[in-house]
Amino acid sequence: MTEAMKTGAIKVRGVHRRFQLGDQTVHALNDINLDITQGEYISVMGPSGSGKSTLLNMLGLLDVPDEGEYWLAGEDTVPMSEEARAGYRRDHIGFVFQSYHLVPRLSARENMELPMVLAGIPPAERRKRLAPVIQRLGLTERADHKPEQLSGGQRQRVAIGRAIIMQAPLLLADEPTGNLDTHSGADVVELLEELNAQGITLIVVTHDMALGQRAKRRLRMVDGAIVSDDTFAIPPTEEPAV
Amino acid sequence: MIRLQDHLTFTLRSLTRTRFRTTMQLVAMAIGVLAVVLLTGIGEGGRRFVMAEFASLGNDVLVMLPGRKETTGGLPPLTGEGTRDITLEDAQSLMRISGVERIAPIVVGISRLSISGLSRDSLVLGTTEDFFSIRDLAFSQGQAFTTREGSRSRSECILGATLRDELFGPKRALGQWINVADYRCRVTGVLTDSGTGFGFDMSNALILPVDNAMQIFNTEGLFRVMIQIENIDAVPAMTTAVEQQMKLRHDGQLDITIVTPDSLLSAFNNVLLIMTFSVAGIAAISLLVAGVLIMNMTLIGVAQRRAEIGLLKALGASSKEVRLLFITEATLLATSGAVLGMLIAEFILWGLRFKFPEVPFATPLWASVSAIGVSAIAGILFSWIPAQKAAKLPPVLALQAQAGK
Ligand SMILES: Nc1ncnc2c1ncn2[C@@H]1O[C@H](COP(=O)(O)OP(=O)(O)O)[C@@H](O)[C@H]1O
Ligand SMILES: [Mg+2]
Repeated sequence: MTEAMKTGAIKVRGVHRRFQLGDQTVHALNDINLDITQGEYISVMGPSGSGKSTLLNMLGLLDVPDEGEYWLAGEDTVPMSEEARAGYRRDHIGFVFQSYHLVPRLSARENMELPMVLAGIPPAERRKRLAPVIQRLGLTERADHKPEQLSGGQRQRVAIGRAIIMQAPLLLADEPTGNLDTHSGADVVELLEELNAQGITLIVVTHDMALGQRAKRRLRMVDGAIVSDDTFAIPPTEEPAV
Repeated sequence: MIRLQDHLTFTLRSLTRTRFRTTMQLVAMAIGVLAVVLLTGIGEGGRRFVMAEFASLGNDVLVMLPGRKETTGGLPPLTGEGTRDITLEDAQSLMRISGVERIAPIVVGISRLSISGLSRDSLVLGTTEDFFSIRDLAFSQGQAFTTREGSRSRSECILGATLRDELFGPKRALGQWINVADYRCRVTGVLTDSGTGFGFDMSNALILPVDNAMQIFNTEGLFRVMIQIENIDAVPAMTTAVEQQMKLRHDGQLDITIVTPDSLLSAFNNVLLIMTFSVAGIAAISLLVAGVLIMNMTLIGVAQRRAEIGLLKALGASSKEVRLLFITEATLLATSGAVLGMLIAEFILWGLRFKFPEVPFATPLWASVSAIGVSAIAGILFSWIPAQKAAKLPPVLALQAQAGK
């Protein structure tokens, strides 16, 4: 994998995603078109059930569109095999979920290490990569604790550590502060924005107006469609969101 | 691709760090194997024990008992009720049949033995000298009856090994006098500890000359007559000859039963078959129960870990890798559970052999192998199917399976 290939350039064309709920069809994504360049900071807002998570899952290759094209790093991922998509997820995409999704029996360190283990990276190299990340996340003292021994904010930081450990160019966060108190939420947002400032593409789904407005580019979704896509000139303030 | 070392570390961790689930599955697996190995071991031990009993009787020995049982194949009557006794003269007359090598008349009963204040009840067996050669009994001290049959002074007796120890302990037994009911006899021999055979535990018996025993028990009739024949192939002919002789002596009435080694075997065969089948049935049921336990535990495990499967896939594991992780885990678990069960079963069987040295408790190899095979397959299959299902799901669905944590 060369660095040139590792870009988060995204091109979405005419994507639809429908779910069958009983005898009803939910049109969760309705003709999505989107271009994202490396290093953008994008927020996705909209009422509950408008398809934000579905969009993020689709961008993260966790879900496949029923229709349309999704180009990532120069290739259309829709016709790919599930195995190939798994490789893309590993190398190109980092996820942060609202409910953390940590493996309960693994320590913070082991959770962060997991993507490298799955990628077959040798232990020495793993240790080398982990050390600075753990330090930066302020988890040095907590690295050997299990998730249940960590606070929500700490758990989310572990999840972020896991999301960036493979140096993926694209970081997707679905309501990353949804389960956190204001203070740890602000902490997490600060961390995400720091990562974005260093060049990672950051897409954040949120309910929180204040958080959404920190992004330079703001998408608004209603009923599965993107109803507005505005880019604001002002860069986000350095103050943490409150 | 995940490295082999990491693969094993990951599965081992998931086993050692989810102790409750691991323990339950291990227990389920172990119980299944334990049941099969233990039950077949006991069943097989019982079967071999019974077979050995018959082997100790010898193939060339017919046993005559009073009473007639018309149906063949069933168990012969154990007491001769309402028929004419077999007398000592009847027994001795059999020696005149050509082809009969030896005979040994037998009477048995329980009598009170006493020596210098010590007394206990014991099996008392009356017979003749030939009994010892027919039954292949050897002496550790002394010898068989020394005086001639019919002699007035025949107050001799022979002790089984255990009885000797109980009555005399470290003291010398040979030449000592024992009271048997209101008779007195002198110990002239002690049997080696040759174990049991044909229902009597010889090591606990006191053996008297047959005529003395008949007086003690106040009976004219014999309990059994053992007839050793010269030629094994002549069993049917000799049976007929003995029956003819007895009919002649009993006014044309055939009121005795001859038990041949074969007829005994075939009678017991039914019992053995039923025993084997019921043991196999119990074992099969235990295995089934264990299978259900294993299945439930594994299904719970997979349901709990569906979210984890989704996560691993989200982090870049392929479906194949996820499946492999789960199958490795199940295999490890199933194999160690099975081995654990087998070890416990073997340990219990060892204990049983120790406690009952005369019964050869041992599990046939096929039973151990198939028990381990079946439960390993059950364990792997029951976790493979759900793991396969979970791995096939799109990661997003698997992730949604259990939000939280
Ligand atoms: N796996 C699914 N099966 C059926 N319906 C789904 C599934 N995922 C999402 N939906 C439906 O699609 C719509 C959009 O969901 P979602 O993207 O989760 O909304 P949001 O994240 O904006 O709240 C909702 O109506 C939801 O019920
Ligand atoms: Mg959502």
